[in-house]
Amino acid sequence: MTENMGSNKITEADIAIKVEGVYKDFNLPHEINQSLKQRLLSPLKKTSIEKQHALKDVSFEIKKGEFFGIVGRNGSGKSTLLKVLAQIYVPTKGSVTINGSLTPFIELGVGFNPELTGRENIYMNGAMLGFSKKEVNAMYDEVVQFAELEKFMDQKLKNYSSGMQVRLAFSIAIRAKTDILLIDEVLAVGDSNFQRKCYRTFNELKEEGKTIVFVSHNMADVERYCDRVVVLDGGNQLATCEPSEAKVRYFQLNDSSQKSKKESSSRNKFVRWGSGEFITDKVQTIKSSGKTSSRFSIGEDIGIKMSFSNISLGDNQDLVVGLNITGEKNENVIGPNTRNVKLNSSMRELVLWFKNPNLNNGTYSISVTVFDPSFTQQFDSIERPTSFSVSGDTTEGGLVIMDNLFEVIK
Amino acid sequence: MSEFKTLVSNLFSKRNKALLRELVVTDFKLRYQNSALGYAWSLLKPLGMFGVLYVVFTQIFRFGDDIQNFPVYLLLGIVLWTFFIEATGGALQSIVARGDLIRKISFPKYIIVISGTISAFINFLLSLMIVLLFATITGVDFGPQILFMPLLILELYLFSLGVGLMLAALFVNFRDLSHIWEVLMQAAFYAVPIIYPLKLLIDNYSGTLAKIVMLNPISQILQDMRFSMVTDTSLTTFSVVQKPIAYTPYILTFVVLILGGMYFRAKSRYFAEQT
Repeated sequence: MTENMGSNKITEADIAIKVEGVYKDFNLPHEINQSLKQRLLSPLKKTSIEKQHALKDVSFEIKKGEFFGIVGRNGSGKSTLLKVLAQIYVPTKGSVTINGSLTPFIELGVGFNPELTGRENIYMNGAMLGFSKKEVNAMYDEVVQFAELEKFMDQKLKNYSSGMQVRLAFSIAIRAKTDILLIDEVLAVGDSNFQRKCYRTFNELKEEGKTIVFVSHNMADVERYCDRVVVLDGGNQLATCEPSEAKVRYFQLNDSSQKSKKESSSRNKFVRWGSGEFITDKVQTIKSSGKTSSRFSIGEDIGIKMSFSNISLGDNQDLVVGLNITGEKNENVIGPNTRNVKLNSSMRELVLWFKNPNLNNGTYSISVTVFDPSFTQQFDSIERPTSFSVSGDTTEGGLVIMDNLFEVIK
Repeated sequence: MSEFKTLVSNLFSKRNKALLRELVVTDFKLRYQNSALGYAWSLLKPLGMFGVLYVVFTQIFRFGDDIQNFPVYLLLGIVLWTFFIEATGGALQSIVARGDLIRKISFPKYIIVISGTISAFINFLLSLMIVLLFATITGVDFGPQILFMPLLILELYLFSLGVGLMLAALFVNFRDLSHIWEVLMQAAFYAVPIIYPLKLLIDNYSGTLAKIVMLNPISQILQDMRFSMVTDTSLTTFSVVQKPIAYTPYILTFVVLILGGMYFRAKSRYFAEQT
């Protein structure tokens, strides 16, 4: 295990949650065979069941008073892990030991019923969290006040906005008198004012020495609160580490997946048309050093490198390559072409340079079309096979930056 | 035995009591929400149903002319059967219907089934009070045997709960069960002496058939209740079947409850993934 913290020896009593070699498999039947008739008519026929391994050999320890994060991309097993910790799922293999009382909720507002009023829902949700009616009575005013919903308590929940529902749910949830809290993506909703309130509450809970397990996509939140983080990918435990290291791992994950997505998309996903006699194989952006990159800072030279194949066009046929650089809203930014360069079909590689470009912050896509010299026939046109981003420190808006000068007249 | 103790103490733990209470109260609130007469319906509905049945079975089909207090006798049967249908049918759907809860929070799942049967049970008690009122008005002479009623009500509840637990757990995997159960109950309605007197069976068919019918807990409870509350001339399991075998329905009640509870417990670990 990676979390031996130097000289601080961890004793059993300091551990809030101990996860040892946890595996979780789900059986996904290919053809859902849930009717008795099917079973009776073909009792011997085995349904083809696909085992989905949601968690593979996950082990870690969460110390008491720790703010522990679980991060990973969609489908990485985060929520499954949280549900295993919350004892909603039984692990297929391995064990989870909980030391202390645990708030059993995973999501805010469990048991909320849209047909009941806010008041009634407080009692319902309170019961879910283990409060008796008396206890809810005692904390009722506090809950309503914190949620800032004094005027709405006798309205049905279905008439609440989603933000109001979350506020109400959160106000009840944080009153759970347990040692360990499990929180799944709460801060995604609510306005900034309420989010600040949540932050304050988290800090308070942390100071009270409660153990908090927090699942999030948002690395900024994770970095701000968590003492340690487990990074999951495809059910595997990639690392159990400090948030700063987890951040690096997490962005690597996202990067590599985007890269593979882009590669597959450059093969077949983008829109393409034309006669196909002369085609564009590859479009990449490069720096002035010649290195492939898709990230540029403002004013940095941008090169667009294209390679082509001649499929059935005769030798030395004249052609023109036209490019279109579009912004995030698909608006045309620049549309250069090679009319003045005189290209012919023996050409295989071409670089278009933008020297000291005036492009502002943003993501730009490239489309490439190969025409005959009169622009009447398109040999090949590919729409947005690749894109690049420009970033820099500026307060100016718009797609381009131009030298500007303000003069005070009066 | 110690497991049984923890089960009982869990059942009455603070959290579970609060949860059970909220589930039952919510169920009641939602059932009568937006209706002008509200809770009054929980009394008006059985009252209306009684009216219809009373007319049909005392004026048109006169099965029970030779039975003392036949209207009350009949109503008691209908009330009991309505409870059994409501409790088991509700329990059957309960786990699947509450899937959203089960997938998000860890709590003893039997609370869901119990809350469903308790809602039906409250309706049953209200209806029973109307039957009692009706009996008083029509001049039924209550004897000391009415003291058996609480025990019989308890037996009825436990049997229904046992069946309900088993159905609820089975339904998670076999969704055909709801339809099968409905048809089965339709048949059972006529297999149990609810709208016809047991004596009809003995007179027109054979004593053996009556004996078989009287061995199931529902028939036994029904006839015992009639004996205890309507007329002591009612035939009971003991008056139809000879001694050791006559205990069968009572034993069956506990066997069903224990088996249902055990099966439910074993299956409940995986409800969160299967509902």
